Amino acid sequence: MAVTDAGRFSPPREHWYNNPKARSIAIQIVLVVLVVGLVAWLTNNTTTNLRERGIASGFAFLGQRAGFDMTTFMSTTSESTYGFMLLAGLVDTIIVSFFAIIIATILGLIVGIARLSTNWLVRTIATVYVELLRNIPPLLVILFWYLAVIAALPAMKDAFQLGDFSLSNRGIFMPRPILGDNFQYTFFAFLISLVIAFGVRRWAFARQMATGKTFPAFRTGLAIVVVLTLAAFLVTGDPLTFEIPAKTRFNISGGWTLPPEFVSLMLALGVYTASFIAEIVRSGIMAVSHGQTEAARAIGLKGSLVLRLVVLPQALRVIIPPLASEYLNITKNSSLGLAIGFADLVAVGNNVLNPTGQSIEVVAIWMLFYLGLSIIISFAMNVFNARIALTER
Amino acid sequence: MKNKLLPFLAGAALAVAAASSASAGTLDTIKSKGFVQCGVNTGLPGFGNPDSSGAYSGFDVDYCKAVAVAVFNDPTKVKYTPLDGTERFPALQSGEVDLLVRNTTWTMSRDTTLGFTFAGVHYYDGEGFMVRKSANIAHVKDLDGATICVQGGTDTVTGLADYFKKNNLKYTPLVIDKLADVNAAYDAGRCDALTTDRSGLAANRLQMKAPDDHVILPEMISQEPLGPVVRNNDVQWFQIVKWVSNALLDAEYLGVTQANVDDMLKSPDSAVQRLLGVGDNDFGKSIGLDPKWAYNIIKALGNYGEIYDRNLGPKTPMGLARGLNAQWNQGGIQYGIPIL
Repeated sequence: MAVTDAGRFSPPREHWYNNPKARSIAIQIVLVVLVVGLVAWLTNNTTTNLRERGIASGFAFLGQRAGFDMTTFMSTTSESTYGFMLLAGLVDTIIVSFFAIIIATILGLIVGIARLSTNWLVRTIATVYVELLRNIPPLLVILFWYLAVIAALPAMKDAFQLGDFSLSNRGIFMPRPILGDNFQYTFFAFLISLVIAFGVRRWAFARQMATGKTFPAFRTGLAIVVVLTLAAFLVTGDPLTFEIPAKTRFNISGGWTLPPEFVSLMLALGVYTASFIAEIVRSGIMAVSHGQTEAARAIGLKGSLVLRLVVLPQALRVIIPPLASEYLNITKNSSLGLAIGFADLVAVGNNVLNPTGQSIEVVAIWMLFYLGLSIIISFAMNVFNARIALTER
Repeated sequence: MKNKLLPFLAGAALAVAAASSASAGTLDTIKSKGFVQCGVNTGLPGFGNPDSSGAYSGFDVDYCKAVAVAVFNDPTKVKYTPLDGTERFPALQSGEVDLLVRNTTWTMSRDTTLGFTFAGVHYYDGEGFMVRKSANIAHVKDLDGATICVQGGTDTVTGLADYFKKNNLKYTPLVIDKLADVNAAYDAGRCDALTTDRSGLAANRLQMKAPDDHVILPEMISQEPLGPVVRNNDVQWFQIVKWVSNALLDAEYLGVTQANVDDMLKSPDSAVQRLLGVGDNDFGKSIGLDPKWAYNIIKALGNYGEIYDRNLGPKTPMGLARGLNAQWNQGGIQYGIPIL
């Protein structure tokens, strides 16, 4: 009815609040004001309350002497500052997470593939592994490794000995290499041989593309690296010596030590998370259509090559995003090392919290460090994901 | 992971609590909710330990009860919050507990930078060491190069570092958060020695698989005065806890016990009359309590010596002699401030 007389139709007067663009800007402004106001209110409340109750605040404590000892990978002593202690905790968290991620990835890949094996025994073992481990809380897995496996090892005086290596309930002790004066030449030789090996691989790939002839590039490269590095090492006159661990009354001093806390946390996190990664790998492989496998077989590829060249590259696209979550989980679960005395970020923070009483600051530092680590891992995985993503033409 | 949440809670409570300083008196709050919320150990025999039914008992726990009797004349009007070493301070700061009696050492920084005040010393303690008998260690100085288990978030960690540095000894610390985990690691042979307050060692020794295989070294390497702690923003509540503590000591000194407290009401001794609120003595009024507050405490729980003997004394599994904690006229250093 209103449009019967099209000539006399005039658009209704437009209010700014009916304009979607203006409205969304207004909502954004209100939201920003609310969030900023809330944060300001909370900050003001916190500082006022802290001051009134006589509780110390601020970050000045980070520069003060800690006065307590913890066994960390950085050489911390009771003379170190609180700040350095927290940094050492962060380094411990990074080291244990790094190695746990490597173990979890390799083990997870193997178990995930084994879950799809045609061999009944292999398949069943893999299934039992996954179902057993992913249904146990990670803390129990850690305590199991610490109290049932590592602590069950013999005491120091009856340690398993293998040359200068020894294994006991105090950890793994091994000789520490001491680099001589001329060792840099060996290192340079190693770098140069690596470049040559990489060149060989490129040449072999180009030749295979052009002529179809294959060349054992990996084995040749490995031989080049080993021969060149070893030659440089021998020519410069064996500049490498070892510091042998020696028994003292209670412990073993000198050499390299892997403390039981580190070993059990690393193994526990690796083995536990591998059960999740195995399922991710399995789902990734199953997401690749069976036709791909059949086609690969049809052109004559053998089983291992079908997996390596056809199935896994496509499965990776499904695997990588959830894999990133598992890596983040490992990093965060490493804080459970608290229960067994691994000096990670949280354990160190707890000990900083006690003498300083600055819980808000320490919690803020925890959150900042974990957030930083998680963002770095996410970023790295996103970059990798983008590289292997399907390029559509 | 309760211990990870507590610092957050403390922060959140401080952030959300209105920034005005008008806080209701702790005593009024307690009276209106009907119980005292007391922070105690998660499980330290003799001091604060739950039994199989979850009921707490111990030396620290009796102090919680004494405060409840002073306020309500009823030792059951206490609710307990079990706290480990790192949880305890945020719990008190945030107001989750009214009172912390958890073998907590009185130190200057805790008294001045945490927003707390200590209401006296109810147990004079010191850091000691436990080792295996088979290790043939007679003194702390023999521990050069040893691995030592210690609970994190306590000042024992600092005492250990100080002592070994001063005496130029080397050691490898193994710092674990929960006492039970520290005990398990030591018992499993991970450490050569276990260190904590000597009173705690007596309790920990009982929790080993074979208690007789372990000995406590004779040295005491630090001063650890333990006492009840409150927030420093409520003087009246602080006075109540402080004078409950003193009344227990005064009662022992004056010879007032759970058994004879009714007879003592007729005592001609003016000090006893003041303590028990006989006649027109009304010291309870000055701290907002009943005139019979101290009488009620002694009637329900006994005096300091009786509480000690019941929980820690030579006749208990703890077997701790009074030592430093005897009255000053009995060779110790416990000394009640007079009610006058």
